[in-house]
Amino acid sequence: MKPAKAFLLTLLIVAIYILHQDFWNWKKAEPLVLGFLPVGLAYHAAYSVVAAMLMAALVSVAWPKHLENVQGKESDGKGDQTKDH
Amino acid sequence: MIPVVVVSIYLVIIAVIGSVAFRKTQANTEDFFLANRTVGSMVFFLSLFATNMTAFAILGSSGQAYRQGIGIYGLMASSSGLVIPLTIFFIGTRLWALGKRFGHQTQVSFFRDRWECSTIGTLIFILSVVMLVPYMIISIMGGGRVLTDISGGRVVYPLGCAVVALVVTANVFFGGMRGTVWVNIFQTLLFLLFGAVAVAVISHDLPGGFGDYVRKIASNPKTSYLLTRERMPERYFWSYTLIPLSSIMFPHMAIMCFAARKVTAFKRTVVLYPVAIMAIWLPCIFLGVLGTQLEPGLKNPDGILLHLLTDHAPVWLAGILGAGIISAVMGSDTHQVLAISTMFTKDVFAHYGGTTKYGEKGSVFFARGFILVVTVIAYLIALVTPESIFELAVRFAFSGFAAMAPVMIAALFWKRSTKHGALASTLWVATWLILTWYVQKASDGIAPKPGQPAAVIFSALGHLFERSTANVTVFGFLPVVPMVLGSAACMVLFSLLTPPPSRGTIEKYFPSRVNDAPESRASAPLH
Repeated sequence: MKPAKAFLLTLLIVAIYILHQDFWNWKKAEPLVLGFLPVGLAYHAAYSVVAAMLMAALVSVAWPKHLENVQGKESDGKGDQTKDH
Repeated sequence: MIPVVVVSIYLVIIAVIGSVAFRKTQANTEDFFLANRTVGSMVFFLSLFATNMTAFAILGSSGQAYRQGIGIYGLMASSSGLVIPLTIFFIGTRLWALGKRFGHQTQVSFFRDRWECSTIGTLIFILSVVMLVPYMIISIMGGGRVLTDISGGRVVYPLGCAVVALVVTANVFFGGMRGTVWVNIFQTLLFLLFGAVAVAVISHDLPGGFGDYVRKIASNPKTSYLLTRERMPERYFWSYTLIPLSSIMFPHMAIMCFAARKVTAFKRTVVLYPVAIMAIWLPCIFLGVLGTQLEPGLKNPDGILLHLLTDHAPVWLAGILGAGIISAVMGSDTHQVLAISTMFTKDVFAHYGGTTKYGEKGSVFFARGFILVVTVIAYLIALVTPESIFELAVRFAFSGFAAMAPVMIAALFWKRSTKHGALASTLWVATWLILTWYVQKASDGIAPKPGQPAAVIFSALGHLFERSTANVTVFGFLPVVPMVLGSAACMVLFSLLTPPPSRGTIEKYFPSRVNDAPESRASAPLH
């Protein structure tokens, strides 16, 4: 991934992380979204959807594709065979 | 009685799935602990999610919302919906690759090899077990309590705990990871549907709809705080965003990451994760707040959803929804039992020569024996120990595992990190766990009531340590903040002050940095 793209994605993650601290909704119950959801709760429900969209963006733009080519050791069923130091 | 019958049918289904998995299980540890690393994409998501979600997602969340209001969603659910998938994306995929390349089955085996040190692995193993065991015990307690509540007291608490422990043990003992994962498919679908169905059924039973009740809560000065976060300090709210770092550090979550067939299995998981968390938490928290109007004055608000279902849902449906709650309990508990067994077998038994002496079959035999012993002990402890002790221990465990995240991040992404840095971080975390436990206990007598300001604990230290209703805070932040920041600082500082790992180890874990030839990227797991 190009450094500029990596920088923008990092910025996006940080921005979404900061948006979690919605101080402007702290003491507000209204408006009631859909007639019954307090605005603070509706905001964080929407935040969950935004988080899913962020993850979709990361998967499409920043997916560690090289990991798909990782070759496994021939399985003997024993798992970890690294030596004890 | 009908809910008991429905839940009993559910438990039989779980046992049958486990026994089918048993017939497929081979007599080697890779198959028993990781289902031969063959878990496919959708199953991986459902199973990882079941591993992560406990009864707290349904019962605890609604109970907390009953006490503190809608802020619980932002505090625990939406922050988890961002941070947990990020850790799975950046850490889980790398762990999977290392497991695939080098055969690691636990975090400890990776740490031992990465830092060329058996001792650091043993220390992290001890800390992890100390933090994980209370979680397992409280799951059995929670399951027993749910069975007692659903049955209206017909199933007594010790029997409820015994049933949960027995079904979990049978499932893990016979089926290993394969049995656990198969059962998780059924369990996760059941508890994912729980919230939507519960909301629909209860809404249908309320003549004026939800809006009337919410407006009633808003117009009453005694309850209006439930619809805002006016009683939730902003520092406390922010501190909580660090807690989900613990998720990937819990051994049962990390071990699950090793079990995926392909790394592409993580794609669907990370995208669906925030929405799946919302599907469970949003209805439960909303109903918890609404419960203050429908079932006022509950002494144990964690039972609010069971009360609502009993009063507003048909009996048979209440039984199915009860099975959904039990699913959340067992889904996580089976993975905890399996994780502890995996760690003892791989990190202790095999590491100290057990597998060499007794072979693969002997290791699986040891693992099964260990599962029996550990669940019997957990059951006995669950019967004789107050739940509050383990609730506190579990809360501390979340902070402790979150504070170990810098160790994992350094191991995966910073080749200059050293065993001394990891050791310093681990000791920092252990020290803080002991310190906060002591301060918490020392301040129990001055804990303010809900809605009252925090109390200074040691007047000579000013606002350094304060006590809120349930927690100790450090300058108003939860202890997880200094724990995570200090752990990261220890890792950086002590790594820079000590010699790096050998060139061979760095080449092993960071091959592309040493050799930039394009073909070497194909086998590079870390960048």
